[in-house]
Amino acid sequence: MIFNPEYEAMEPKARETLQFARLKNLVDRLYHSLPFTRERMDGAGIRPRDIRSLADLAHLPFTTKDDLRETFPYGLLCCPQAEIEEVHMSSGTTGIPVVDAYTRRDVENWEEAMARTLAGAGATSNDTVQNCYGYGLFTGGMGVHYGAKRLGANIIPMSSGNTRKQLMVMRNFGTTILTSTPSYALFMAEEAIEAGYDPRAMGLRAGCFGAEPWSENMRLEIEAKWGIDAFDIYGLTEITGPGVAFECEAKDGLHINEDLFYPEVIDPETGAVLPDGEKGELVFTTLVKEGTPLVRYRTRDITFLRRERCSCGRTTVRMNRLFGRTDDMLIIRGVNIFPSQIEHALIEIEGTDPHYLIVVDRGATYLDEVELQVEVKKEFFSDETRTLETLRARIEGVMKSTLGVTMKVKLVEPKTIERSVGKSKRVLDKRTL
Amino acid sequence: MDIKQISVFLENNAGRLAKVTRTMADAGINIRAISIADTADFGILRVIVDRPEVAMKALVDDGFTARMTDVLAVEIPDVPGALAQVMELFQQTEVNIEYLYASLKGNRDKAVVIFKVQDIEHGRRIVHEKGLEVLDKF
Repeated sequence: MIFNPEYEAMEPKARETLQFARLKNLVDRLYHSLPFTRERMDGAGIRPRDIRSLADLAHLPFTTKDDLRETFPYGLLCCPQAEIEEVHMSSGTTGIPVVDAYTRRDVENWEEAMARTLAGAGATSNDTVQNCYGYGLFTGGMGVHYGAKRLGANIIPMSSGNTRKQLMVMRNFGTTILTSTPSYALFMAEEAIEAGYDPRAMGLRAGCFGAEPWSENMRLEIEAKWGIDAFDIYGLTEITGPGVAFECEAKDGLHINEDLFYPEVIDPETGAVLPDGEKGELVFTTLVKEGTPLVRYRTRDITFLRRERCSCGRTTVRMNRLFGRTDDMLIIRGVNIFPSQIEHALIEIEGTDPHYLIVVDRGATYLDEVELQVEVKKEFFSDETRTLETLRARIEGVMKSTLGVTMKVKLVEPKTIERSVGKSKRVLDKRTL
Repeated sequence: MDIKQISVFLENNAGRLAKVTRTMADAGINIRAISIADTADFGILRVIVDRPEVAMKALVDDGFTARMTDVLAVEIPDVPGALAQVMELFQQTEVNIEYLYASLKGNRDKAVVIFKVQDIEHGRRIVHEKGLEVLDKF
C-alpha cells in the first residue's frame, strides 16, 4: 500500500518543480537567518538568487559531521528555540554528539515519512507493531512510534532488550509487524526456539529492519526463521532519523522520501555529482526541515541511485542497499562507533598503549561480538595475573561506559599489533553481511 | 638471600612457549624451576634460572615482555608434611602468599619451594628468624 500516493507516486516532472520550490525557500531562509550558511555561501561566491534550478544545488558547499560538532549544540538551529518540540542525538567521533532538533512541523513530517516506511512493508491501521528500537535520544524508537501512530496502527513501545518479555508480548498481543535491528530479529528467533516456540507460528507477517548493515543472505535467513517478509529501512539522525528511505514489496532498492530529503551521489574525493547508477557518497538536503535543516550533508554512506519506475507504483528515486562507508565508522548492534573514540578512551587508562585492534564478528548468537585487543605497556606488565586481570576489567568497564557497547578485551604483547604507515589498520571486520 | 625470578607475558598463541624456551636455550640458560599461570587469554611464564641477568637480556632482545621479581626459595625435606609445616608457619606469622611453585632438587632428598609473598621484607625476616633454609641460587 502506498501511504501518500499524491507525493509518492507523483509525476517526476511535477516533483522536480516541488523540490525546486522547496529548495529555493530553504536556501533563502538559511542565507538570511543562519550566519553559518551565509558565511559558507559568501565564501563560495554564491547568492540565493544564483539557485535557478535543482542542478544549481551542486554549487552550494557541503555540510559535514565536523560542521555539526563544531556548532554543537544549537549553532545550526534555524528556528526560535521556543519552537523546538523534541531533540535527538547520536554519538560523534570524539564524544560530541550530533543534534537533531524538531519543530512541530518537523515531527509531523517525520511521522509522515515513517508512516510511508511502515506502509512500504504492508502495514495498515489494522496492524500491531512491536517496536524494539531503543526509545530515548536514539531516533529509532520514537521514529517508528510516530509512524505507527500516524498510520493508526496499534503500537507496542517495547524498546530494545529483554528478549523473553518481547516474546511474551508478541504471543499475547498478536504482533504482526516487528521493528528492530536485523541482528536482534535473528537473535529473537533463536531465543523463541530455545524457549520452545515456533517463530513461524507466532503470527508475525513483516518486519522493518535497519540501523545496522545487513545483507541479502541475512534477509533470507530472517524471512525463513520467522516466516515473514523482511524490509530494509534507512535513515540517520542528522537528516531526521529513520524514514529517509525504505523498501517496498519489490524489495529492490530503497525508495527515498525525496520530496522531503533530496539525495545526490557524489565522488567522495572530488565532490563532483555523479550520474545515476554510479557508486559514490550519498548526500542529503533536507528540503522542508525547520529546526536543523542541512544543505548537502555528507552521510559517508556509499550507494548509487536509480530512477526507473518501480513495480509498486511509487515514482520516487531508489537508493541501493549500502555498500559501506567512506570513513572508518563501525556499526555495532546499532551503535555507531569510531575507532578514534576507543583511542581516546585508552589514552586515559594507565598501563595501556593506544595500540589496539577491533575484531568484529557475528557469532552463533547472530549478535555482533567485539573483541578489543590492547597492547600492555612493558612497564605495566606484572608477574601476577590479578594485576593484569584488573587492568582488563577496567578497560572493559571504560569501553562500556564511554561507547555504550560491551566489548571483550584481550591483552596482547607489546608491539604485536601491526603498525602501518598512514591510516593504521584498526579494524578487522569478519562479519559476513 | 632472595632469588631472582623472571616472568614473561605470553599470549595464548601457538608456538609462544616453544619460542621463549628456545630463546633461553640459545643463550645457554639452564632453567631450574618453572611454572605457568594462565587465564583464558594470556599466560605468565615464571622461571628460576642459573643466570637471571643473561636470561633477561636474551628475552628482552628477542622482543619478550619480561620482568625480574624477588622471590623466596625455601628448601624443605622431600617428605610428607614438610610443606604443611612451612605453610602453617606462614599462616601464624602472617606471611601472605601471592603464588608458589616447587622444584625437586636433583640428587639430594630435598625440594625447593618458590614463594612470591605480598611483603618480601616481612617474609625474609620470618624465614631468617625461624631458621628455614633459604637459597640465593640453585
